[in-house]
Amino acid sequence: MDRLEGLAKLTGRERYVDDLPLDGFLWGATVRSPAPRGRITDVRFDPALDWSEFTIVDHRDLPGPNVIALIENDQPVLAAGYVRHVHEPVLLLGHPDRQALRRAVAAVTVEVAAEPAALDFRIPARAPEIQFGTDNVLKHLAITKGDVERALAAAPIVVEGTYETGAQEHVYLEPQGMIAHLEGDMLVLRGSMQCPYYVLKALKHALARDERRLRVVQTPTGGGFGGKEEYPSTIALHAALLALKSEKPVKIVYDRGEDMAATTKRHPSLVRHRTGVTTDGRLLAQDIEVIMDGGAYVTLSPVVLSRGIIHAAGPYACDHVRIDGRAVFTNAVPFGAFRGFGAPQTHFANERHLDRIAARLGLDPAELRRRNLLRDGQSTATGQVIGDGTDRVALLDRALTLADYDARRAEHARFNAASAVTRRGIGIATFHHGAGFTGSGEVMLASRLHVAGLPDGRVEVRSANIEMGQGTLTVFTALAAARLGLETSEVVIAEADTARVPNSGPTVASRTAMVVGRLVELACDALRARLGLDQNATGDTVRSAIRRWHERHPGEDLIGEAAYQRPPGIAWDDATYRGDAYATFGWGAYVAEVEVDLRTYETRVTDFVAVQEVGHVLHDRLARGQVQGGVAQAVGWALLEECRWKDGAMANAQLTNYIIPTSDDLPSIRVAFIENPYPLGAQGAKGLGELPMDGPAPAILNAVAAATGADPCAIPLTPEQLMGIAS
Amino acid sequence: MNVSFTLNGAPTSIEVEPTERLLDTLRYRLALTGTKEGCGEGECGACTVYLNGLPVNSCLVPIYQVRGSTVETVESLDPAGLRTLLASGATQCGACTPGVSMTACWIGDHPELLATHTIRELLAGNLCRCTGYDGIVDGIRAALEAGA
Amino acid sequence: MKLLLPDSRAEALAMLAQTPDVVPVAGGTDVLVHWPTRIAEHDRTYLDLSPLGDLRGLRWEADELVLGGLATYWDVIRDPRAARELPLLVHAARQVGSVQIQTRGTWAGNIVNASPAADGVPALMAYDAVVVLESIRGRVEVPLADFYTGYKAMHRAPDELVVAIRVPRRTYALQRFIKVGSRRAQAIAKVGIAVTRSAAGWRVVAASVAPTIRRCPALERLLADGAPLRSPDDLLPAIDQDVTPIDDIRSSAAYRRRVMARVLFDAVRAS
Repeated sequence: MDRLEGLAKLTGRERYVDDLPLDGFLWGATVRSPAPRGRITDVRFDPALDWSEFTIVDHRDLPGPNVIALIENDQPVLAAGYVRHVHEPVLLLGHPDRQALRRAVAAVTVEVAAEPAALDFRIPARAPEIQFGTDNVLKHLAITKGDVERALAAAPIVVEGTYETGAQEHVYLEPQGMIAHLEGDMLVLRGSMQCPYYVLKALKHALARDERRLRVVQTPTGGGFGGKEEYPSTIALHAALLALKSEKPVKIVYDRGEDMAATTKRHPSLVRHRTGVTTDGRLLAQDIEVIMDGGAYVTLSPVVLSRGIIHAAGPYACDHVRIDGRAVFTNAVPFGAFRGFGAPQTHFANERHLDRIAARLGLDPAELRRRNLLRDGQSTATGQVIGDGTDRVALLDRALTLADYDARRAEHARFNAASAVTRRGIGIATFHHGAGFTGSGEVMLASRLHVAGLPDGRVEVRSANIEMGQGTLTVFTALAAARLGLETSEVVIAEADTARVPNSGPTVASRTAMVVGRLVELACDALRARLGLDQNATGDTVRSAIRRWHERHPGEDLIGEAAYQRPPGIAWDDATYRGDAYATFGWGAYVAEVEVDLRTYETRVTDFVAVQEVGHVLHDRLARGQVQGGVAQAVGWALLEECRWKDGAMANAQLTNYIIPTSDDLPSIRVAFIENPYPLGAQGAKGLGELPMDGPAPAILNAVAAATGADPCAIPLTPEQLMGIAS
Repeated sequence: MNVSFTLNGAPTSIEVEPTERLLDTLRYRLALTGTKEGCGEGECGACTVYLNGLPVNSCLVPIYQVRGSTVETVESLDPAGLRTLLASGATQCGACTPGVSMTACWIGDHPELLATHTIRELLAGNLCRCTGYDGIVDGIRAALEAGA
Repeated sequence: MKLLLPDSRAEALAMLAQTPDVVPVAGGTDVLVHWPTRIAEHDRTYLDLSPLGDLRGLRWEADELVLGGLATYWDVIRDPRAARELPLLVHAARQVGSVQIQTRGTWAGNIVNASPAADGVPALMAYDAVVVLESIRGRVEVPLADFYTGYKAMHRAPDELVVAIRVPRRTYALQRFIKVGSRRAQAIAKVGIAVTRSAAGWRVVAASVAPTIRRCPALERLLADGAPLRSPDDLLPAIDQDVTPIDDIRSSAAYRRRVMARVLFDAVRAS
């Protein structure tokens, strides 16, 4: 089945928030803090402008608490006298003329009495920079397995390493945008978002308004990658406040530069490893310290840290593990969700570290991994016993075969000996990614989903999970059609409108196909049950039963409902961070081949093999596209995408200066799947979207190390950085 | 000021502000929202249109320079020419896609360019964050092979 | 915004002479960048050059290639003779932005925008290009190598228009253009080098390593002297005389210096 909305997108007919016709609206814009920390002492309006033309909103206009409801409720909607980061929103302005509005934003001056800003999360904050507790640590989590100190002391060889990852900007091609308008007493928000119910919750809280007078509708979303998980609550509140005050529809669409500078990015990290190994490369002890830059407000940092530490020891068997994780407040623009959500950071460190261990032992990096990859019956760092029947060694071997690993390595050795100007290398990473929310997260989400039977016999899937390119519309359609034996043309996916769809949870955490897709299937079953049909009933039996029901119940709703049930046998202890962190894991083995130009220190990825096991692949083209896109994004993170900081804000907030890969910067990305259906996922699917982000960066750096003999331990590995460490 | 030009094959005459970019005129005056704004700096190519038959970033074209010219937008593309892109997975979120469609169709109409250029080089002015480009390149290649 | 729309070259020159602080607009690929957010620029006066048809395209004369004042990078890329005779122009043009920029960006615009990282200028300068300027006062020709007087400063009076760029047709024993950017396409140069060798001598032109794009006289002398070069380091003393790379948002002085030596060494050692 082709992507359902593909032709609409290819012909430009798909309408995003800035494409929607809107009469009599105001553009909205944000006046932001120029300083990273301090008290607002003055807000001045240039008297040359006629300010009576403008709608002006500040923190006093909030009907409810001045808080963007998320985890810790520490982030204000608008600064109320104090700012904690450059670009923190202070005022909102509305005007029908967008250019007049731009002039107006430039005509407001926010004065801040500066206080010492904490701008380096890697070093303990000095006393004047402490803004929380005694040390600015906003979250501390620890995982303990066995006795790491004793095991390290007894280990014949201990290898240490320190690894750093930089921030990453999402660069979804459609910038953040939101429309707010009143339909009578109903405040309606339409916009680009991943989680309509997150936005609804934030609106309810800060506007002191309940869902009888609030409605959130997701518009076709031009990319998210986590950047539209929590941030849309902020822009929605801003648009809403302007709409309520002006009593006109309001549209806010960020310029690219504003979007890059003022919205969330991937958490920067520093990870330290101390690993005890035997002389033949078996892992005896893994002692890992993870520090993340938590930015100025909490946002989702505790959960990013959580996922980061849970994955930090990799897909390997080791009896003694200690992982200590801290997220630290700084006065940087807040960081937030980004595809992978902490795991790419810690996988980078662990996989790079493994290669350094291999080098120390004189072992082939592939062999080191073979000896330690989890077998069924062995347990992870949190003590989760793995038993899904996946042969993770075979997965690695498949990737190596496809990449022609041994032959290439030999070829590179010959080539490098003879070449004056370039060096070639090949590198590996093996990794895993927990699908769905961590621990009891899915239970707490309590997702519900409806499949409705429509009067004409078609069915409508009503869920809050959205399409942002990953294929939700197509996959849900296919799942429902298959479950009920209908044509795909007989399945409709409802707009993600909080007035019409139940809360099936956010579109994050690689849960949409696996977890919510399963709810689609179960809701189809519930619909059948509602109709009094046998669970084997399909096709025309279902179709005509729906029609007959509507004839007998005109004007009524025919709904099959499914609610998330925790899989049996999954036990997680949030207090000790032990147990089954995820219902299931996807597994990956990636191989990167690079060529390094010794004149310019530029690295080109010349070949890339991505092999993964994600249960059953629901749609080959969509799944391959997810992998290729994730690999591309991770290649950018590894080699090209550098955030240059000034006062905790992005100084290179332009696409000219923040470099993402073009088509000419990437090879063809070769993808293969190993099938191992997961019984509890839709049609056997496991989560897929984030796994591809975890492998490429370490595989590439391992390849560069192999090519050059250098020892890179930080990304982005720009040419300037490589020059600094290469001889 | 008034600007007259040929738009998608039809003569068009429209009142504009001289400060408008062609992108602004298309999207906000003519309601041709297929062409997208991704960056405003000529990097992402989401705003690609044909100006006198050549692909350009409409975010960098002042509307006053369009007088007497021929402009074609994504709305003018024959959907039949996009079939291979649909099958190959060239689009995911769709935000870059109209620009990609324009560049892809232009390449398809000018296969002689492949004597000196690769597809990837010709596509490098269209940034995509979702696909990793394989789906797009495969679709363009398939169209060229089909002689479409 | 004030907009001047000349119908002819003569009218354009008259407008340039009569109106202070006019911004001529050719392809718009520099002037229009981030246009909506650069609101102060909206209050200026702009002169649209696009109707001046006699400035378009390029023509081959017996002893020179003449690029019109509105000739684009794409005009050169698609000219088969350019690829054969003046390949650095094609190489440079293909590394400007992307196709969408190449179809609009002009060589003349690149020259007068005077970015220290300009893409077209090094190749033109290494080919001894001459800038032809016109005003109501007449015609002036300035060798591109002498055109720049300082950062964003040049031998162009405010009422002068670049109407052509003359590039001599020569046989070259060596010609190389290397642009080191942040990625393959759509990259601003961190280091740009154009090197040619002909009967007229060596030309070494560097971009992004000084306030202006300039010829490198110490390097040209070193190469002309013919002393054997054993490694890139042998070029460093001359490099340090000719250029002053800095740290900026795109790269570092140390990187630029070292890479300039390496790419130049690689470019010339074959000869």
